[in-house]
Amino acid sequence: MIARVLTSGLIAGLVAGLAVAALQHFTTTPLILAAEVYETAQHAHDAADAGPVFSGIGRTAATSVATIAVSIGYALILLAAMLFSGDAITPRRAALWGACAFAATGLATALGLAPQLPGMAETELAARQIWWIATAVSTGAGLFALLRFDSAAAKIVGVALIIAPQFFAPQPAAPESTAPAELAAHFAASSLAVQAISWALAGALVGLVWKFMSREQEA
Amino acid sequence: MNANSSVNSAALAPSRLEALKAAAVALILGLGLVWLAGFAYPESVHDTAHDTRHALSFPCH
Repeated sequence: MIARVLTSGLIAGLVAGLAVAALQHFTTTPLILAAEVYETAQHAHDAADAGPVFSGIGRTAATSVATIAVSIGYALILLAAMLFSGDAITPRRAALWGACAFAATGLATALGLAPQLPGMAETELAARQIWWIATAVSTGAGLFALLRFDSAAAKIVGVALIIAPQFFAPQPAAPESTAPAELAAHFAASSLAVQAISWALAGALVGLVWKFMSREQEA
Repeated sequence: MNANSSVNSAALAPSRLEALKAAAVALILGLGLVWLAGFAYPESVHDTAHDTRHALSFPCH
């Protein structure tokens, strides 16, 4: 069982990750590179603000490796969630779990901390990471309560879990940015689309590979 | 439902127990990978994952 879980997660994550990495290369990465030009121009005199270590094909490769790692992680998390909740693992159901995971880790977190380009005003990193994780977990639990339980109490708790974290999002003192607003808006939209596709693809593929491997094992 | 599952946990079917074990392993590995790529502090990890962190809106600096 463990071998089947790990193999499914690995294969699905690898394929999903490669597709998402290609998507990033044409959507989000060009916007990040453009924002870095503005950021560098603004801080040209600041020697401490060193540029990125990787460039060109090395940077593309590094980004792809990280994206594949995230996608394998997403696939394994979705498999774990479906196994814990005793769900049948099918491509459609896994993609729906992925859609809910996107709502928790993408939409809910973006409400408080919009996807950021380099050079935008930010607060302390640790506080943002803690809020991000707490919001993702709370929203995920809230969605589970809303969708899985019929009692009115569960629905109320679910809604409360989804709304509550939004009151505590860390906000910078002033909304400053070296990147133009048009670029930032385009990036926020692209980032959300890429995240949605990452989760949905990781889910659909892990469901597909799982189904295929289960059939192999039974045959 | 929670009360039921804790009462029955001693008598879980072997296949269910195996599924839960596999789920726990998958969850730990999955969260570990997302943590490494999305949140970990070491400079080399941050630099490698920089564009991915921004693109998938993990908090980054």
